[in-house]
Amino acid sequence: MAKAKDIKQNNVASNIFDIANYFFMFIVVFVMLYPFWNTIVISFNDAMDSIKGGLWFWPRKPTFFNYKTLFQTRNLIDAFWVSVSKTVIVTVLNVFCSAMAAYILSRKEFVLRNFMTKFIVATMYVNAGLIPQYFLYRSLGLINNYLVYIIPVMLGAFNVMVIRTFIHELPESLAESAKIDGAGEFRIFIQIIIPLCKPVLATIALWVAVGTWNAWFDTFIFASSKQKLSTLQYEMMKLLSSSMVQTRAVDPNLKAHGSSNIITPNSIRAAITIVASAPIIVSYPFLQKYFVQGLHLGGVKG
Amino acid sequence: MATSNHTSSVVRKSSASGGFKETIRLLGKQRSLLFMSIPVIVYVFIFNYTPLWGLTMAFQNFKPGKTFWQQEWVGLKQFERLFTDQRFLRVIRNTIVMSSMNLFIGTAVAIIFALLLNEIKHTGYKRVVQSISYLPHFLSWIIVTGLVANFLSTDDGIVNNFLLSLGIVDKPILFLGEPKLFWWVVNGAHIWKETGWNSIIYLAAISGISPELYEAAYMDGANRFQNMIYITLPGIKSTFVILMIMNLGFILNAGFEVQYLLGNGIVSDVSETIDIFVLKYGIASNNFSFATAAGMFKSVVSIIMITVANFAAGKLGEEKLF
Repeated sequence: MAKAKDIKQNNVASNIFDIANYFFMFIVVFVMLYPFWNTIVISFNDAMDSIKGGLWFWPRKPTFFNYKTLFQTRNLIDAFWVSVSKTVIVTVLNVFCSAMAAYILSRKEFVLRNFMTKFIVATMYVNAGLIPQYFLYRSLGLINNYLVYIIPVMLGAFNVMVIRTFIHELPESLAESAKIDGAGEFRIFIQIIIPLCKPVLATIALWVAVGTWNAWFDTFIFASSKQKLSTLQYEMMKLLSSSMVQTRAVDPNLKAHGSSNIITPNSIRAAITIVASAPIIVSYPFLQKYFVQGLHLGGVKG
Repeated sequence: MATSNHTSSVVRKSSASGGFKETIRLLGKQRSLLFMSIPVIVYVFIFNYTPLWGLTMAFQNFKPGKTFWQQEWVGLKQFERLFTDQRFLRVIRNTIVMSSMNLFIGTAVAIIFALLLNEIKHTGYKRVVQSISYLPHFLSWIIVTGLVANFLSTDDGIVNNFLLSLGIVDKPILFLGEPKLFWWVVNGAHIWKETGWNSIIYLAAISGISPELYEAAYMDGANRFQNMIYITLPGIKSTFVILMIMNLGFILNAGFEVQYLLGNGIVSDVSETIDIFVLKYGIASNNFSFATAAGMFKSVVSIIMITVANFAAGKLGEEKLF
């Protein structure tokens, strides 16, 4: 009898816990998504009206003006294209070069394999720091040069090791038989290894694309004195620091010409936030499994 | 047939004993692989190894206009200066405190989240919640700090509005201008951004626990809470230990971005990390040698800590990092 009562009590407690837990997870989702929703609301609301505050779930004076200003401001359009172009180029180059290095490291018979593995893995831990890096880039003529976004990030040691682990799990007979048919190493890499590695390459491509899109430090340190090389993230950073002190100040530079409408740093920042995070948020539901797949590709061993 | 077998075994033997001529001969045979590897080696050498030469700056009084041979060598003077500089001791403290908070509090929150999410039985709901929880991980710190600044604003910021309407405070809190609160703001931002992502590995560890254990416990009359404490938590212990050790190795990498973006003059005493110090007193004020010494200190300590952590992980029978 006592035991049955216990179980019944347990069930009641368990149900209450379940309900509370479902509700708690709902709050988690709300806390994760609401900041974006609120930013979207501000970005679509009249800037002067937003100053009054009290915007929660829906724009009070809906307008596209913030976005229109954004896409009419020369600097921001340039920055947008720099961001897009460098993301595409870096992703393609980094994935290709990292895959090629991984292929070399996966050839067990290669004489330099051990040396090269250590040579590449060590770079994940040994780092000279910012200032020697700056002087190197300067002597290579990369400072204030578009190529500073591309050349230094063509190869990722971690990516190499993840792809190599994946190649190791492929059946060796495939490359062997191609070799017997007289294919050279480079052809085996291009025609056999790359197609077989598609899943891991998709994940690496996403990582690299997200990382490149989100980067601002390179602009800040190596290319900040050339407006033409600014990126969307860096433009946002400048707005962030200008508006942190005076959140609601009206910036005369951001007043679009030929219009009585006024735009505030806060509103334009909301619009840029949405533009800068849109590629990630929109593609996220579709590519989500590739985003996390890498974690399961797992064990990177030196 | 027999002779060819014989020669090949001789070849293998001599290459194993490291005959130089043999290595060259093999390289000749593998020249297509060699051609592919040369650009990789050259690239890695230039971009990852030649900057190491720049560390010599830490032992000089480096002046940008001079050549290497004209620089004045000062031995360990830069390091002496570093360790008598109050600002440097302060940034070390800030770095360690902020990364420890992120590591310990962040991990605790991630584990609690993983435990609770694991109790959700509806798979669809569970998957949606999980996917949304790690979405912020993929957004840049610029976006995240922008959101944080908006939300914590004294001027109609949502957090202050909420606190005011509940009557918890009677005037808005200046979250970003209050040194006492800065570490908590950074920690909170970190938790918002990374909890979902950090919980993935714990959820994977939980799903690896044998269901038989839970069934047996249920037979013995254990309730869900007891299951959590006595089966799930011990089940993720080894994941927890290995991640803790590995992350302790990276404790001087408290990051740069979030502190730099959220920090301001009022809170600089608590917000500056080693990386910000290098930037602020190095590039910005042309104190290259001094800043290189600071960066070098960080790298050397990090390498030692990572090596120790790796050794400890091996001792505990866990998979090593390298």
